[in-house]
Amino acid sequence: MRTGTVESLADDQSDDDVDGRVRNDRTTGVRVEVSIDVNGRSERHDVEPRTLLVQYLREACALTGTKVGCDTSSCGACTVLVDGESVKSCTMLAAQADGRSVTTIEGLSTGDDLHPVQQAFVEHHGLQCGFCTAGMVMATVSLIEEIPAPTEADVRMGLEGNLCRCTGYHNIVRAVLAAAGTE
Amino acid sequence: MIPAAFDYVRAGSTDEVVAALVEHGDDAKVLAGGMSLLPLMKLRLATPAVLVDAARLYDLSYVREEGDHVAIGALTRHRDLETSELLGTSCGVLRGVAAEVGDNQVRHRGTIGGSVVHGDPASDLPAALLALDATFVAQGPNGVRELDAASFFRGFLETALEPDELLVEIRVPKVGPGGWSYQKFNRRAQDWAIVGALAVRGEDGTRVSLVNMGATPLRATAVERALAEGATPEAAAADAADGTEAPSDLNASSTYRQHLARVLVRRALEQSQA
Repeated sequence: MRTGTVESLADDQSDDDVDGRVRNDRTTGVRVEVSIDVNGRSERHDVEPRTLLVQYLREACALTGTKVGCDTSSCGACTVLVDGESVKSCTMLAAQADGRSVTTIEGLSTGDDLHPVQQAFVEHHGLQCGFCTAGMVMATVSLIEEIPAPTEADVRMGLEGNLCRCTGYHNIVRAVLAAAGTE
Repeated sequence: MIPAAFDYVRAGSTDEVVAALVEHGDDAKVLAGGMSLLPLMKLRLATPAVLVDAARLYDLSYVREEGDHVAIGALTRHRDLETSELLGTSCGVLRGVAAEVGDNQVRHRGTIGGSVVHGDPASDLPAALLALDATFVAQGPNGVRELDAASFFRGFLETALEPDELLVEIRVPKVGPGGWSYQKFNRRAQDWAIVGALAVRGEDGTRVSLVNMGATPLRATAVERALAEGATPEAAAADAADGTEAPSDLNASSTYRQHLARVLVRRALEQSQA
């Protein structure tokens, strides 16, 4: 039985009281079918409309690489790609991504081979605790797609939507420049 | 944080949005990019019973030259504004301000219409549209009407748009190659402005507008008047806080905001003239 802060995201959950806790707000019983191509795999789940994309990915798709950090659109730890563009998945409804393709951190590597951005973060020590890292890497992939030869200023501004409390950003910036080939 | 539960309507056309708004009245809110609305819903400061998703209205995303003005579809994303060559040549100041909104992730989703209708005085684009004397085009059950930016922003999160109307287009006059400068003051790069000041030079003088100095975006009319009378940027900027009601909050006191307004207006004027 699933416990935790979010109720009834999976198909098999009902709208009744869960674990004896009363649902204290309006529940319309409404479900919306959300179909998303996640990392090349077709996912289809019936979820409450208020389900955030980050919840859909972490809980319905069991892809927990994407993190919930601030939950208020600041830190970027929840960054994923929607149709190749970086978005903050904590500030997007899963329903808004219906019919789209989403790439998470799990979708970057091919077998045992790391994506060049992942490899650069490893080689240049672009992380410490790692909590911001999935978001940083996804934001970087999107940034390099849009600015293939970024300067250091481009990188620092381009990652303004991603916060890191550990590293002071120095090695993150080096990793991004290395990945872009402009170090 | 999880929004309160709501019914979800995925609209396929402007008519469908309007019909849903007519049917549900005050219970419904339109969802554009969600960059302003969803954070409020996650804090349950907004609890619409019905969310009308307008994302599929692809025909409302455009930047077009139409004679003496530029027509921008309400669902045009900030990213599409900041990369629009047409906007760059016809109204560069708007393109520049769009590039200042939030961060890359926010600009990939947020829309100019969503920002305008949300009516937050701390937003960047409404202040720019106020300085540019933009026109907003709304569609409702009784047809289409045009609204002036000058009277559109009524109060904090309150605009002249009726609950059964959808904003469909924003029109900005073409701006010549005169200088402009947007000074956005914040602590973290992706934050809302604590205070912002925009100066745009045009044929009829310099327009100055302020972000987060009141319940709505404001024109710094005292500054504009001083400039028209020949004042230097520094002298004109001394009046930047006139007629404002700067809030005190976690980020700054009202007094500090008034000081910021004077400093930022002076910088905006100087850099727009450079």
